[in-house]
Amino acid sequence: MDLNKSVIGLTSEPYIFEVENRHVRQFSTAIGDENLLYKDEKYAEASAYEGVIVPPTFPVAMNEGDVELPLELDHRRMLHGEQEFIYYQPIRPGDRLLCQMKVSDLYDREGKSGKMQFLVLDTEMKDEEGELVCVSRMNIIYRPLVD
Amino acid sequence: MIKEMTLTKLTTNQKLEPMVKPPITKVQLAQYAGASGDFNPLHLDDAFAQKIGMDGVIAHGMLVMGFLGEYVMNIATQQAKVVNFKMRFGKMTFPGDEIKCSGIVERKYEENEKNYLALTLTAEKQSGEIVGSGSATLELA
Repeated sequence: MDLNKSVIGLTSEPYIFEVENRHVRQFSTAIGDENLLYKDEKYAEASAYEGVIVPPTFPVAMNEGDVELPLELDHRRMLHGEQEFIYYQPIRPGDRLLCQMKVSDLYDREGKSGKMQFLVLDTEMKDEEGELVCVSRMNIIYRPLVD
Repeated sequence: MIKEMTLTKLTTNQKLEPMVKPPITKVQLAQYAGASGDFNPLHLDDAFAQKIGMDGVIAHGMLVMGFLGEYVMNIATQQAKVVNFKMRFGKMTFPGDEIKCSGIVERKYEENEKNYLALTLTAEKQSGEIVGSGSATLELA
């Protein structure tokens, strides 16, 4: 079953995500990214960020396993095609961010194996004043099942 | 670590010094699974991966993007903030693969009295297979 346009605009329950130092450290260690901006306050304060930040792909780790979109998706058909981050404000250890997932687009393209659908899922992160901090945008290719 | 350069002196089409990561290990995939929360067995369980037709586990695509993120932040140093970063996933990456990150200055521009640097980014294997292609926009301080 293909998805239809009515999914656009569907949102998950909002959730609060707390950015913890230990989590940031585990994430940067796994990548092997030892940039001082993630741990050295003095160095980070002298930077354009004016303080300690998280690695640029850290927002993908800011998920709550049990929060999902109200949408039935066949995981076998899903292929993560593209990922984008739009940064409005720095994310720092200690931040409490209000996050919400949203279906922001659905469109069709003709592919080699028939019609393919592209699903754009955004996770919006806002600070405690409600200002946008970051959008993590996942572009998913929803393929026909071949058996 | 890339030699620090003065970002304002970079010119359009200038190639940036590449960064080569150590070969990906299975332990690293386990670390990344734990840190990112992505426990898809395709990245952790060889038997599972073989059952669905792979030779063994494959790396998380987001780990490769993490490498490009490391590269971008090494370029930004203390001089810039990243305002946009994206990547399209290419070929699959396996344990043992050594990933090279490289970049080119695509353009320099000014907007609302701020200076920006747009970079084109590539992550590739030793064989030259592209595993990720993307871009980043840096706002200079």
